[in-house]
Amino acid sequence: MSGTWMTTRAWLLMLPLLVVMVAVIGWPLADTVALSFTDARLVGTGGSFVGFDNYVKMVSGSNFQRTLVTTTWFAVISVAAEMVIGVLAALLLNQRFHGRAALRALLILPWALPTVVNATLWRLIYNPEYGALNAALSQLGLIDVYRSWLGEPGTALAALIVADCWKNYPLVALIALAALQAVPRDVTAASLVDGAGPFNRFRFVILPYLAGPLMVALVLRTIEAFKVFDIIWVMTRGGPANSTRTLSILVYQEAFSFQRAGSGASLALIVTLLVTLLAVAYAALVRKTAGSAV
Amino acid sequence: MERRSRTFTVFVYACALLLAVVILAPVLWLFVMSISPPGDLAARPLRWWPQHVDFSRYAVLLSTAENSAGAAFTSSLRNSIEIAGMATLAALVLAVPAGWAVSRTPSVGWSLSMVIATYMLPPVALAVPLYMGLAWLGLLNNVFGLALVYLTILAPFTTWLMKSGFDTIPREIEAAAMIDGAGLLQTWRIVTLPLAGPVMATAALFAFLLAWDEFFYALLFTSDQRAKTLTVAIADLAGGRVSDYGLIATAGVLAALPPVVVGLFMQRALISGLTSGGVKG
Repeated sequence: MSGTWMTTRAWLLMLPLLVVMVAVIGWPLADTVALSFTDARLVGTGGSFVGFDNYVKMVSGSNFQRTLVTTTWFAVISVAAEMVIGVLAALLLNQRFHGRAALRALLILPWALPTVVNATLWRLIYNPEYGALNAALSQLGLIDVYRSWLGEPGTALAALIVADCWKNYPLVALIALAALQAVPRDVTAASLVDGAGPFNRFRFVILPYLAGPLMVALVLRTIEAFKVFDIIWVMTRGGPANSTRTLSILVYQEAFSFQRAGSGASLALIVTLLVTLLAVAYAALVRKTAGSAV
Repeated sequence: MERRSRTFTVFVYACALLLAVVILAPVLWLFVMSISPPGDLAARPLRWWPQHVDFSRYAVLLSTAENSAGAAFTSSLRNSIEIAGMATLAALVLAVPAGWAVSRTPSVGWSLSMVIATYMLPPVALAVPLYMGLAWLGLLNNVFGLALVYLTILAPFTTWLMKSGFDTIPREIEAAAMIDGAGLLQTWRIVTLPLAGPVMATAALFAFLLAWDEFFYALLFTSDQRAKTLTVAIADLAGGRVSDYGLIATAGVLAALPPVVVGLFMQRALISGLTSGGVKG
């Protein structure tokens, strides 16, 4: 069979996918770009061309800057915690002990719980009047009065991060565990013979095997955390006093609550740009890690 | 194997216990809330186990009596099943030929890379035009409209999984069938698709779970019982003025049941799907 026919056939087989992708992703994205240069409203007719006004207005606004800081905090802390807890859990589950298989199976539970159910569950746990957290802490004598964990700007973001971590570290743990199981036995045995302590063994023998897969987990989790919407919408809607408002929530408010489709679109594209830059930087890092590891 | 000291063994078991508690406590509490009478949930000090186990909320939510809390819940359950089912089926129909094409003809692979790169797009970047487009087509608040939108998430992912799956099937097997005179469709039917069965099942499972979990588009594009999904129904309950927290917990348990059962029983398939990306780098 000739190469050209193979290529033509491949394109024909790809065609349905590509057509649908252009219809549901390509065209909407292009339309968002077009909208971002207008003052269009969500309902009603067109709107007129305003150049880069929306972008300037959005980026210079204090809302955007504050939201960017909140989003960065949320992403950095939750992803860092998920990576550390995930790797520790994987190291534990790679040891031999009775009940290991059952514990490995349980690990999939938080991951399988739908995000909205997870958010609802933690919202109930944090409830200021009847929540389990207040009850547990006061029964243990750690607090005197019930607190409103999600209702105070000082604790709301931290409470959200805990809820997000609880659901998402298992993914990191599963990826790390799969990588750990790929570490050859003789490599760890040799390092033992050479007298390496547990820390050095982890740092110099095991970590290089984990580096590649963990980088991928890091990229995926960071992008997700930067785009976060669901858990925050269900738990706090960005409040109290906008202390948990992330970029996606801000775009939602601008485009759908205030129905300013034009400036909402420009904000959405700024977020897209930030995520893309992050991904490109990470991709470079992945290539570097992949090159130096093993 | 390294001989472990007694202290280290104790340490390992302590950590294992801690991990088990961290995983189980919130989930068990969700279940306990769902079977506790409202009085127990509002008691101070809080009762951690109900005086009388009460499963009545499950009956309330699963009843289809008109204008009840159950009617709203069961219709959203049906919508979620329909939407996730249709979107999964459509995603596979697109993904199988495309995944095979990229696997066998790497020179077209860049187009799949572009499709996969759309993962970086935050849904908010597509939401406004999709909203206007669905409104124009008359597909707002419609199960078909939402299933169509879900292809933005499902199709790239399933295509990538199918491509990785076809990569593990040697071309020589297909070539042998073709030499024996089988055409492309016949080769697929007899050789390729049966071998790709497990991967297709994994891809379908992931796609279904992704659609089941989706909230953002459902929140924007649905408004009543005709198309509202479970995730939106639960968020409504959680954010509304429901005075019985046990009812919210019950809805959560029911919505979590399908993915949790799938997760526990199809673990091997799911983990291989989850980690293949990680291991391949």
